[in-house]
Amino acid sequence: MNEREPSSVDVLIASDRVPANARPELLTEEAIWELLDNVKDPEVPAVSVVELGIIRSVEWDGKHLSVDVTPTYSGCPATELIEELIVEAMRAAGIRDPQINRVLTPAWTTDWITEEGREKLRAFGIAPPQGSASKMSLLGADEVIACPLCGSENSERISEFGSTACKALYRCLDCREPFDYFKCI
Amino acid sequence: MTQQQALQEYLLRLADSDMILGQRLSELTGKAPALEEEMASMNVALDLVGQARNWYEYAAELIDDGRSADNLCFLRDAHDYRNLLMVEQPNGDYAVTIARQFFFDVWHYFTLKSLTNASDERIAGIAAKAVKEATYHLRRSSEWVKRMGDGTEESHRRIQDAFNLLWRFTGELVTPDEVDHAMFKAGIGPDPEQLKQDWFGMVREVAAQATLTTGAEDAWMYMGGKRGEHTEHLGHILAVMQFLPRAYPDATTW
Repeated sequence: MNEREPSSVDVLIASDRVPANARPELLTEEAIWELLDNVKDPEVPAVSVVELGIIRSVEWDGKHLSVDVTPTYSGCPATELIEELIVEAMRAAGIRDPQINRVLTPAWTTDWITEEGREKLRAFGIAPPQGSASKMSLLGADEVIACPLCGSENSERISEFGSTACKALYRCLDCREPFDYFKCI
Repeated sequence: MTQQQALQEYLLRLADSDMILGQRLSELTGKAPALEEEMASMNVALDLVGQARNWYEYAAELIDDGRSADNLCFLRDAHDYRNLLMVEQPNGDYAVTIARQFFFDVWHYFTLKSLTNASDERIAGIAAKAVKEATYHLRRSSEWVKRMGDGTEESHRRIQDAFNLLWRFTGELVTPDEVDHAMFKAGIGPDPEQLKQDWFGMVREVAAQATLTTGAEDAWMYMGGKRGEHTEHLGHILAVMQFLPRAYPDATTW
């Protein structure tokens, strides 16, 4: 169906245009999920919105599309942009007026990041969340975080908050490189 | 006061405290003592502003007089603001910024934790998301309190001074009024007595580890933020925060 994966830029350029030859009625729900899997998180472009686990459900009857999206953090500045990118990707596939619903409940957790997503984060240089978010302790000891670059577990936390709300800043004490850790929430 | 009115008041308190502290922290952009601390402050500010928006949106729906969430935030004057006095206090030196954050975070964490069990599903949902964020805020501010308190002579002096300076605003966090009681009775807000115990419990525990002393529970306290009586600082914050949307009321793209 897709000869090449559209990039975010292609999707933006395609805004408001529904291709004349598009046959959206032929799309299966699985194909919609594949289209969504091409929409990347603008702040962490290594992973798609599907791998991030923020697409909660898709309803598609061949004509009307409704997608439930949950924000990662209450104040995530990418929330609106992600919703726009989804709308544009759907329009580019010929779907008119896709409906995006922002849902807060149940609250997003890093446990929903897929295995594939975790691997891609690591390859991108971001240590993926470790363990289960539900077991995070309030004032307990720090977790052991493996350096995504050299694999060493000899790392230390520099700051609880990194370049975005979802990340903490760490430093590897073996290869000496600083790195982001996608923290459990 | 009907339960509906109490609920609207309560939502505005949550929203306004988040918003004003978010704005205060944003003042540190470009001025924090270290790059990592600048990023941390902005991250916390972002979480708080995001949470404020969730509360404002729900408040706007319930108030239902045509005002939007933006409208509630940017077009109300100081006497209509319902934030805690603690959050409008100036950043001061970094010890004051951290002490203010710590006192607030402990209150915020226990309040949100309780709100996740609210009989109002919308409130429970917003709180369930926010409490995860507030947990990280509290972890950070309590670590800083300990590091400064149990650090050098100078850092100890400064954080102790900050505790002494801000103690007079802590009473408001744990002293319930009519609205707080109504919310508890409605199965929404926390048990005021429990909240007070939890707040003092954690503050005293962290202070002990930080070798700091805290004030008396029955010390004279400044209160009034929750009913719109503020310190002189709030008007100045609003002047900065609200200038743009007031000057260009219908601007949607900046």
